[in-house]
Amino acid sequence: MAETKTYREALRDAMVHELDRDESVVLMGEDIGVYGGTHLITDGLYDEYGPKRIMDTPISEGGFTGAAIGMAMLGMRPIVEMMTWNFSFLASDQIIQNAAKVRYFSGGQVEVPLVIRGPNGGGVQLSAQHTHSLENLYGHFPGLKVVSPVTPNDAKGMMLTAVRDPNPVIFLEAGALYGTKGEVGEGDNAVPFGKARIAREGTDVTLIAYGRQVSLCMRAADALEEEDGVSAEVIDLRSIRPFDEDTLVKSVEKTHRAVAVQEQWKWFGVASEVAAIIQEQAFDYLDAPVQRVSGAEVPAPYARNLELAAFPSEKMVANAARRTLYIEEK
Amino acid sequence: MPAENGNSENGDVGREETRGEGTVATSGNGLVDVYREMVMVRTFEEACQKGFRSGKIGGYLHVYIGEEAVASGFLSAFKEGDRVITAYRDHPHALILGAEPKNVMAELYGKGTGLVKGKGGSMHLFDVENGLMGGYGIVGGHIPLGVGMAYAQRYQGSDHITQLYLGDGSMSNGAFHEAANLAGLWGKEGLCPCLFIVENNQYGMGTSVERTTAMTDLAAKFDAYGIENEKVDGMDVEAVMEVAQRAADHVRETGKPYAVEALTYRTASHGAADFMEKYRTKDEVDEWRQRDPIGLLEKKLLENGELDEEKLEEIKGETKELIDDAVKFADESDQPDISELYTDVYAGEDEYLGEK
Repeated sequence: MAETKTYREALRDAMVHELDRDESVVLMGEDIGVYGGTHLITDGLYDEYGPKRIMDTPISEGGFTGAAIGMAMLGMRPIVEMMTWNFSFLASDQIIQNAAKVRYFSGGQVEVPLVIRGPNGGGVQLSAQHTHSLENLYGHFPGLKVVSPVTPNDAKGMMLTAVRDPNPVIFLEAGALYGTKGEVGEGDNAVPFGKARIAREGTDVTLIAYGRQVSLCMRAADALEEEDGVSAEVIDLRSIRPFDEDTLVKSVEKTHRAVAVQEQWKWFGVASEVAAIIQEQAFDYLDAPVQRVSGAEVPAPYARNLELAAFPSEKMVANAARRTLYIEEK
Repeated sequence: MPAENGNSENGDVGREETRGEGTVATSGNGLVDVYREMVMVRTFEEACQKGFRSGKIGGYLHVYIGEEAVASGFLSAFKEGDRVITAYRDHPHALILGAEPKNVMAELYGKGTGLVKGKGGSMHLFDVENGLMGGYGIVGGHIPLGVGMAYAQRYQGSDHITQLYLGDGSMSNGAFHEAANLAGLWGKEGLCPCLFIVENNQYGMGTSVERTTAMTDLAAKFDAYGIENEKVDGMDVEAVMEVAQRAADHVRETGKPYAVEALTYRTASHGAADFMEKYRTKDEVDEWRQRDPIGLLEKKLLENGELDEEKLEEIKGETKELIDDAVKFADESDQPDISELYTDVYAGEDEYLGEK
């Protein structure tokens, strides 16, 4: 059974499901309780579960993230809301130096079942300090799991998996898509980490993305089909760490061409990793160099036209695909 | 000269530290046991210095020499189920809570028989079974964790508490202030049984307290967060034990945090590679050595007849043997199996997500 729900409702459903299932689950963050959450994801939960479980925190990202790590080490399962991931730099010492590593340097004596969630990426004119895509930053560190769902169904299913995972999970939400709707499985529809989703089947070129850029790739695939008669396959990675190399490689073995798309800056990004994996594992299948589509190398600007130009567009993706096919760009 | 040399001219006006009056209920073997424990810690640390100099111990090494009365005194109030978290000067906490000296030494020697299987070294001793939730290497970084642990203890309905050790140096770090703020806040609801223990050894590495903050009354910094606090002479183990018991009882009973600043001194260098000690004078070190916590207790026990020279030698001999055995064990143990490189990265089925 499935119902049509927004991304926002799907996230909330998952957290309610786990709050009801497991007493050790608590929510923490800035204005998530009485105020109802900046993005209204947690609206109403304070009244239902009370202040011990729905904890409003001071504006103190390092402090409350660190405290959540301590709680997790004693068996609680905190879900921390980072109001936006841009604020996580203030908590990055806690996330990287403690959450990611404490299991290893304790010789396996502790676990950190912790979820840190919030909106990632830009697209809503928040300009430089409030626009980052941090999947490559957090994806770099062993000890963390990093996921980036784009459909409401995955938002719910991967949140269920995240809460039950015995490790720290960096849950990067497509903030610009909180209001988008999709079919969401009812009840316990947990979606495993490390399994990419083929969002659209195709035969001529593989477009690889995660998060909001998956939608862009879907539109670019439509354009390629209509304008060029090209059949593009779209892969939604879903999860950055663990990373599903098999689905990616199998697709490229079929299409012989690949375009890796990311909102973040080009250098040292996830798309570079995608390109490297393809050349390592599918080199002989390639008929063209792997193309990367990324954001412009600037801090995110405010003006709408500049912001649009700073991020990958449908046209940039379609043209990158055309380059792999040696057909004329449009 | 703890208070005089430390803070009295710099802001702790009107505050008195607790000094031992011999009022603690630790007569008879109690204090002798504490003495034995402190001698054991000192002997262990001296063996570490030797191991470092001879190249058996790598990385950083921070010893507790001169500060023994603080950990020993506070851990005398530890009850089973309580938790302890500290920074990187963590050997005494592990030893006093019950880790075997041989496993702690093996950790420092980088052996598979080490307390954390050779994966953490000196700065990351963990003994969760005995209550030690770890030693941490980033100054101040562990403080929020301890506050969260205290919340968890109350959330889970226990009457256990968390002893959170921190150094004077960490109190200039944002992590301290954010965590103390949370502790005060959660404590209002009786949800943060956290005992903050400031090991004020007068220096953050080589920079004195006076050179790092204009307000050198470290206990009073907790006032800003609604956390009751006091000071204690950290060289006088009886005084520490008295405060520890009272403070731990209060925290356990109320679920509110409490802070104690123990004025102490690291007579050893900061790290084993800190040879020059340009930041302090030999006279200053000598002056503090006059009030060495082990020396003070030894004198007292000899005076009141709880110890005599013969018993003293016996304790020192037994301790030396224990630590010699630990060193031998560490030296003879095997390095971790290379397969251990890939374990414990993640909990659950896949411990490792990379290529081997």
